[in-house]
Amino acid sequence: MSFEFPLLSLIIWLPIVFGVAVFVTGDDRNAHLARWISLAGSILGLLVAIPLYTSFDTTTSTMQFVENHIWFERFNVNYHVGVDGISMPLILLNCFITPLVVGAGWEVIKERVSQYMGAFLVMSGIVNGVFASLDAMLFYVFWEASLIPMFLIIGIWGGPNRVYAAIKFFLYTLLGSLLMLIAFIYLYQTSGGSFSIQDYHQLAIPMTPQVLIFVAFLLAFAVKVPMWPVHTWLPDAHVEAPTGGSVVLAAILLKLGGYGFLRFSLPIVPDASHYLSGMMIALSLIAVVYIGLIALMQADMKKLIAYSSVAHMGFVTLGFFLFNSYGVEGAMVQMISHGFISGAMFLCVGVLYDRLHSRQIVDYGGVVNKMPTFAAFFMLFAMANAGLPGTSGFVGEFMVIMGSIKLNFWYAFLAATTLIFGAAYTLWMYKRVIFGAIANPGVEGLKDISKREFALLAILAISVLWIGVYPYPLTDVMHTTIDHLLIHLNSSKL
Amino acid sequence: MNFIPPDFAPASSEIFMLIMVCVVMLADLSAGENRRYVAYLLTQITLVGCTILTFISFSTETTQTFSGMFVDDTMADILKLMVYGTVSAVLIYSYAYISDRGMLKGEFFSLVLFATLGMMVMISASHFLTLYIGLELLSLSLYALVALRRESVIATEAAMKFFVLGALASGFLLYGMSMVYGATGTLHISQLAQIIQSEASSKEVLVVGLVFIVAGISFKLSAAPFHMWAPDVYQGAPTAVTLFIGSAPKFAAFGFVMRLLIEGMGEMVADWQGMLVILAVMSMAVGNIAAIAQSNIKRMLAYSTISHMGFLLLGFISADSNGYSSALFYVIAYVLMTLGTFAMIMLLCRTGFEAENIEDFKGLNKRNPWYAFITLILMFSLAGIPPMIGFYAKLAVLQAVVNAGFIWLAVIAVLFSLIGAFYYLRIIKLMYFDEPETDEPIASNSEVKILLSANGFAVLALGIFPQALMGLSLYAIQNSM
Repeated sequence: MSFEFPLLSLIIWLPIVFGVAVFVTGDDRNAHLARWISLAGSILGLLVAIPLYTSFDTTTSTMQFVENHIWFERFNVNYHVGVDGISMPLILLNCFITPLVVGAGWEVIKERVSQYMGAFLVMSGIVNGVFASLDAMLFYVFWEASLIPMFLIIGIWGGPNRVYAAIKFFLYTLLGSLLMLIAFIYLYQTSGGSFSIQDYHQLAIPMTPQVLIFVAFLLAFAVKVPMWPVHTWLPDAHVEAPTGGSVVLAAILLKLGGYGFLRFSLPIVPDASHYLSGMMIALSLIAVVYIGLIALMQADMKKLIAYSSVAHMGFVTLGFFLFNSYGVEGAMVQMISHGFISGAMFLCVGVLYDRLHSRQIVDYGGVVNKMPTFAAFFMLFAMANAGLPGTSGFVGEFMVIMGSIKLNFWYAFLAATTLIFGAAYTLWMYKRVIFGAIANPGVEGLKDISKREFALLAILAISVLWIGVYPYPLTDVMHTTIDHLLIHLNSSKL
Repeated sequence: MNFIPPDFAPASSEIFMLIMVCVVMLADLSAGENRRYVAYLLTQITLVGCTILTFISFSTETTQTFSGMFVDDTMADILKLMVYGTVSAVLIYSYAYISDRGMLKGEFFSLVLFATLGMMVMISASHFLTLYIGLELLSLSLYALVALRRESVIATEAAMKFFVLGALASGFLLYGMSMVYGATGTLHISQLAQIIQSEASSKEVLVVGLVFIVAGISFKLSAAPFHMWAPDVYQGAPTAVTLFIGSAPKFAAFGFVMRLLIEGMGEMVADWQGMLVILAVMSMAVGNIAAIAQSNIKRMLAYSTISHMGFLLLGFISADSNGYSSALFYVIAYVLMTLGTFAMIMLLCRTGFEAENIEDFKGLNKRNPWYAFITLILMFSLAGIPPMIGFYAKLAVLQAVVNAGFIWLAVIAVLFSLIGAFYYLRIIKLMYFDEPETDEPIASNSEVKILLSANGFAVLALGIFPQALMGLSLYAIQNSM
């Protein structure tokens, strides 16, 4: 399908242009203007992304909306963008989350508003660029560039320990990406001077380099996902980040790692992926079980959700390395659903934090008496986080468990424990925060959610239920691409 | 015997420069105390004049003159144009700083011009003696510039250290050159290459000479373990002089390496490749690790320079035009970033206050968001984060290294640049995450503001569109090899 209009470029650059415009509004005297420009920019960004879905051809696995221009000839790098069934839903998710993030920071952020809002818009554009890139160097540039706004968001607007968290976040992710860069350069040499990802997919590579490339990619993507044992930056970053930062981090940035596995590790080095799949499954199961247990013990709500994110992302990596369509599709659904649920969970914690400035579970209790509407929303998202059927959290996890039972009963058994642990840590937290008698004087003065907060949570609630009840529109777009990927995966490149 | 006058045309810009240095000195003498800017303006005019002359004599062919002692090729022309531009920017950035500190004198400008002339001669040398004369002209002018503030103890100490170690390095270099002369019987760089190729010389003597030459080069590049002078000199010299030392001479050093190692002793690549690997790894290690411990920003940037020189040396290791052009691109990118960074430091200085500590960057975002943003770009660029130009410089060099089969070296290089990222992040942290200690506004005249903005913008824009500069580097190398 040819589509002359450079839709993807618009989706990438429109938020960035708006972001720069927001920066230009300057200091906090123009805060009002900055807020409205960023809201307009983010909503416009979502609107222009809609044709991506409506004109998407679900019957083909080839790249769509492709744009290919020379970027710099010296290294044969192209501005080559396009989407398939894997990247398109992720771009939509990102465009969908951005207005929510702007809304979440609307009244809460009072200092340096233009820089805050601008950073989020710029990041939104950059992340779209990561998902849409079909050139490894273009991908790498967007990938690394996404660190800069997030680093500033955590460092400027974060909590008391923000500097530590910001630097840890940056250096951890940089470590992984630099080795990925070496892998790209190696692939550039072996492919005879090409940075095209699609060329890499067809490239025959011997086993030893395959394993090394896989390890380099693994470090980059495992840090981003994050997989056990390189997950330790995530709780720190989450706890210190402002609410919007946590939402973007959990809903979007973690997906970059998962996406990386699907776009790079699996298709470029399929033999190494098969060879090392046992290790990957083991790491994923450790994340699911062990991190689930850690989450149980958290006293800080944000930390608890952060650990729960690691456990849920363990499902994603588990699904990828099962090499069957249930597993991979389930993992994709899980990524999208986790985007909604974790975003919503962090928003809920943000709502409480904005009122009492505490994230500690013990500082709450009996919130339902003062905030009944909020409690209802929080209940829905907590259930979704626990994987209750009828919510989006169930669909992905169920598919991955189905996929793993085909391979090995015990994989499925261990993976399924998440339904217990997830329910345990989420609902136990929910119980301690929301129910019971009012234990703290602060809770006494709580006011229920405002219209703005209601709107944000309602939008997410609808999404969570919609995917839970009727996931077909989502699985439909990714089905062909994933089938094609699996065929490719199961043919050796040696 | 009839005398044939040499062809002066290829050296027209050097000759013009020499005349103008004398003019600047005389004009400053007659201008008097209150019209020091005359020397400044004349210096800028000189640089513009040289630019025009170099453009006129710009050739895509290699011309030799003065009995083959002087060469004019595309690489020389491009490097010289870069030098003029850099020196000119250095002077614009420094003007306010030096006039505040009583250094706005004819000496400053004539020494800068002499140093520039030295760089030009180095870049165009095709004979060991020309090369050495250029180098000494540059070095002696730099020693004097460092010591220009006589009353400052730390500057005098730095100048002494610089001079003693510099003289030692020059001695190394001369000793090595004499060995090479002994082995081959020639000082002409082009003849040298032929003799080495024909294997008509004693290999042992040549290798010993090569070791001394590489040591001399490492000193001039401030590559570890010959880097000891750099932190002290960077710290002790007045910031304007540090800016000068840290920027334009890097082009000359690049030309120096190209003429000596590549054009002269390129046949001995198997011998110097290993040395450069060791120097590069040590420089990256020492530079990046020691920089973390610094609290003085100038000292920190000195160590950062050492690590960048290590990266630069990686470009030469692959020993092909791909690698050399990556190294040239790296130098250009590096100088662009250094210019901006030291200009920022000078901007933070006020009358009677020297911005020396990294703490002086505290809360810059609150004091002046625009300058903070420019520094942000510069720091991320130095750390090698895309889409800034510093990333593409690293990419080009790493690509050359991997191409030459040294994947392990590329892995070491990126691991050290990860360590390096930390201390650049620290500056950003101070600017953005911390509260300012003073709310004094940052005074700057409009030229500096425009130039600094353009500088920061160039670091970003040349990163987003790197083709022009990469193409230029490749063109310069390919046309001269």
